[in-house]
Amino acid sequence: MSTASEHLAATVASEQVPPQTPFRRFLSDFFDSRVATGACLVLAVIIFIALFAPLISPQNPYDLAVVDVMNARLEPGEQSWTGDMTFMLGSDGAGRDMLSAIFYGLRISLGVGVMSGIIAMVIGMAIGLVAAYFGGRTDTVIMRIVDLQLSFPAILIALVLIAILGKGVDKVIIALVTVQWAYYARTVRGSALVERRKEYIEAATCLALSHRRIVFRHLLPNCLPPMIVVGTLQTAHAISLEATLSFLGLGLPQTEPSLGLLIANGFEYMLSGKYWISFFPGIALLLTIVTINLVGDQLRDVLNPRLER
Amino acid sequence: MSVFIIRRLLQALVVIFVMSLIVFFGINIVGDPVDLLISPEADQAEIEATIRRLGLDRPWHEQYWYFLLNAFKGDLGNSFIFAEPALKLILQRMPATLELAFAAMLIAVVFGVPLGMYAGLKPDSKISKTIMAGSILGFSLPTFWVGIMLIMVFAVMLGWLPSTGRGDTTELMGIQVSFLTWDGLTHLFLPALNLALFKLSLVIRLARAGTKEVALQDYVKFARAKGLSARRVVLVHVAKNIMIPVVTVLGLELGGVIAFAVVTETVFAWPGMGKLLIDSIQLLDRPVVVAYLLITVFMFIIINLVVDILYSILDPRVRLKDVKA
Repeated sequence: MSTASEHLAATVASEQVPPQTPFRRFLSDFFDSRVATGACLVLAVIIFIALFAPLISPQNPYDLAVVDVMNARLEPGEQSWTGDMTFMLGSDGAGRDMLSAIFYGLRISLGVGVMSGIIAMVIGMAIGLVAAYFGGRTDTVIMRIVDLQLSFPAILIALVLIAILGKGVDKVIIALVTVQWAYYARTVRGSALVERRKEYIEAATCLALSHRRIVFRHLLPNCLPPMIVVGTLQTAHAISLEATLSFLGLGLPQTEPSLGLLIANGFEYMLSGKYWISFFPGIALLLTIVTINLVGDQLRDVLNPRLER
Repeated sequence: MSVFIIRRLLQALVVIFVMSLIVFFGINIVGDPVDLLISPEADQAEIEATIRRLGLDRPWHEQYWYFLLNAFKGDLGNSFIFAEPALKLILQRMPATLELAFAAMLIAVVFGVPLGMYAGLKPDSKISKTIMAGSILGFSLPTFWVGIMLIMVFAVMLGWLPSTGRGDTTELMGIQVSFLTWDGLTHLFLPALNLALFKLSLVIRLARAGTKEVALQDYVKFARAKGLSARRVVLVHVAKNIMIPVVTVLGLELGGVIAFAVVTETVFAWPGMGKLLIDSIQLLDRPVVVAYLLITVFMFIIINLVVDILYSILDPRVRLKDVKA
């Protein structure tokens, strides 16, 4: 008896020492996995580089006064012809420092990916919530459109849109948003359908709150966790798709190259053995996509209450 | 059964109708049709003649009707660049794309199923963990970059395989194919591998999940208890039962492989219809773009329809649910 109560007291004490808020539990669960922690660190570095590219790059790769054709196609580690600068990752066909070009490219790739992800999430979430909340014919029509769109591969839809709209940053973002919104709509509808039947929504309805208030203040916050997971994974997908479009020459303009365009530019030198122009931007792209995916996977495991860990 | 098939056919017709509307409006409303459909080199008289010939001075529902009529007759306009019917150009290049797509599917199944089964049977071994890590990479790696790296390693550094083109082709039932000559095979291998990587990862995951589930079933236990060799249990009892989901998903993914061939064909300069599409978009050869889109959408709908019908034959619950609904 005494041992049992001691044991109980000990458990209570050990639980009280760190006050367990849901957010802290989430953090400790998240960093439980060593792979996810590593991925998170690398991703943090990538985001830091993307945000502060102009401050940490050895060179401004868009500044034609700095870029010198005499330095074209230098191997990694070579000095510039004037001897005042070392090209850590070599230089491309125009004499740009690859390291700086990658830093700036990361900025554009991440920017386009995150921006299209956020817009798609807002649109998809609104449509999905409407479908789940009103149900009936609205729901049927919206979900038919979602299913129809998801039965076509993303790259095909993106190509259709680029072919119709033309090239440019805004058009690429429109294409990426169009490709992605259906995933968000479907996910949010799924969780909203479950949440809608719970008592707090019934209570809110009984209080005669407006539809808008119920949907945005009560329903939406409770549907957010799965959206975070889909959001991370879709952002990785969007970055990859943007790189693919840029590689095909249908994405972003040549003046401010994203990672995909850097890789495409290096492709023509590949056959003469100058691997670094394509190789290093590819590694940067790969690291970005893989770390985002790993973080997203871990988020899914941590946020999913059904998984017993 | 026939009710189900008729319903699905009607649905497919509706989808084709909707998609033709979208493509039609994309070109005629969003863009300027005169810009899009008439060669930029045409002079004023030619432009006016073409406008009248295409009926662009008519109201839009009449225009759409003529667009549909012409599409049914197989007339999707002439290419500006090749001065040939767009449909013919695409059909000429279709065998190359299909060959690449089927080769990729073959690689995905031949390597994916055994690897996935191994990972499912021995989930804790080092090799299984390597396989699974590899499949995560396969999902994450952008196809075009892997293609470039394959060229760098196997064509430039090692010099084992050619990097571009289709190589020698032979004629098989009136179609040019690469896989019957040694030179063609060496040309086919790298692009097919590149296109297969994503599906390979998918098949590995499906096969692993299936194996884990099937290995616990009573009939597998019974087969073991009966004293069958481990090899026979795995190769016959387990393998047979994981093939259903693998085949279904692969059927559905065939369309995706054909669409994604656009990327691989561009990297390896494979003369298929995906490469034609990219070139046409770059050169503003709109009739070819429209024709490609319509044909691909059509192919997609057919593939989905066939998979749906096959699935309903394999699994009666699907069609019963649909008839009642």
